[in-house]
Amino acid sequence: MSNLEASFSMFKNVNLLIYIGKGVLFTLIIAVIAVLLGIVIGSVLAILRNYCNHGPYRIFRWLATMYIEIFRNTPLLLWIFICVVFCPSPAMFNRKIFGLTSVEAKLLWKAAVALILFTSSVTAEIIRGGLNSVAHGQFEAAHSQGFNIVQTFTLIILPQAFRNVVPTLLSQVITTIKDSSYLANVAVIELMARVKQVLSAASQYNGTGAIHTSDVFVLFGFAALIYFIINFSLSLVVRNIQAKRKRRPRVAAE
Amino acid sequence: MSGIFSARAWDKVWTYRSTFALGLFNTVRTAFFGILLALVLGIIFGLMATSGKKPLKFISRVYVEIIQNTPVLLQCCFLYYALAFSNHSIGIILTGIISLGVYTGAYMAEVIRAGIEAIPVGQFEAASSQGFNYIEKMYYIILPQSIKIILPPMVNQVVNLIKNTSCLYIIGGADLISLTYSFVTGENTGGAYAPAYIVSGLLFFVICFPLTKFASTWEAYLKKMDQRIQFAQHTTIEEGVAANE
Repeated sequence: MSNLEASFSMFKNVNLLIYIGKGVLFTLIIAVIAVLLGIVIGSVLAILRNYCNHGPYRIFRWLATMYIEIFRNTPLLLWIFICVVFCPSPAMFNRKIFGLTSVEAKLLWKAAVALILFTSSVTAEIIRGGLNSVAHGQFEAAHSQGFNIVQTFTLIILPQAFRNVVPTLLSQVITTIKDSSYLANVAVIELMARVKQVLSAASQYNGTGAIHTSDVFVLFGFAALIYFIINFSLSLVVRNIQAKRKRRPRVAAE
Repeated sequence: MSGIFSARAWDKVWTYRSTFALGLFNTVRTAFFGILLALVLGIIFGLMATSGKKPLKFISRVYVEIIQNTPVLLQCCFLYYALAFSNHSIGIILTGIISLGVYTGAYMAEVIRAGIEAIPVGQFEAASSQGFNYIEKMYYIILPQSIKIILPPMVNQVVNLIKNTSCLYIIGGADLISLTYSFVTGENTGGAYAPAYIVSGLLFFVICFPLTKFASTWEAYLKKMDQRIQFAQHTTIEEGVAANE
């Protein structure tokens, strides 16, 4: 199989490896930022959806519910396309940054906004699950001790809720790393897009002057291996936490 | 530009309604056969994972881990280009059905494994002691008990599969999202961004929302029943203690 050897010879090209390596970095950074911002927006949405039950405040609950359900029931790619057209991009993305052209930087911003909006609807539901697992007595206890509503949430309810959903939120990082590959549809920034880009130019790199099936296997196999290593190690961490919690269950709050 | 309230843009969408109908048809077709494939794979690998035989468990584990830890978009591309460059191209829709089916199959396998493992071991032993063979045991004893646990997460996976049909876009796309995009960027049809995206988003929402609603309602119901059972057991134990005293 000389084709296979030719395909593997692509990895001797240092520039190509750096190109793909930068893609890995972009994938990781985009996913982590999306989940972190998703947690912030998601917490607000979850609290609005869970606790705005009275009087005129119910409008916030309806709005949060609408947001969550709309984003959960439509594909991410639709939101990426929508943001590419409608999302305004701040001036700082109108120039060359992070080694991207100004067009790519703008697309990165727009697609990342779509990913953040999409992810926040999922994290909102995860955090809502965490909030529901906090016993109602905690609110009454906090109230009786003179905590106001903001203090109750930031000091008592949210820490417990977050503690309960740490494994699920980590799994969400895995999902978001996978979802970030949808950005490949609009711009060549992250791992998936860069590998596909390299494949389309593989005839220049492998020295045979043509693209062979072995190139597909080597390049996509390489990308799959990178995704697998990142995601599998994360999922091992998740399982580790879950196993620890099973061994040492919290004292049930009665 | 393309205001939401521009009558001309809406008119354009209405004129080309057959594009959206075709996209919807392709999405539904891909999703339907993808779900069938996912179910078959999920049942096979789910049963292998709970069979208690080491090699079978290992094979199922490898399948689930490899598929769940790589993006569906990558798998789809892999399959499509590997077939295309070796001159065995099987078409976009079929590629989508296979890659989505294999991807969701891994999640189905996990759901089914969890559902079967939630059944107490005593049920398996009791069935075996009554002379049920493997298929009878699974069909008459285990399935009726685990189906209610399995169903909500399974429906969520179905929704994910329907949403993931948009990954067809990268291999040349014939699904709803791809056709919507080529509609709004097309030379003759272009421009009607807002109405076109609203229409295709709405179509997805109309299909997916009832499914997620069903799953979450069922899950809430199961949780309530669970608490009631726990409460009942709790009180009977307390009554028993009281009676003994």
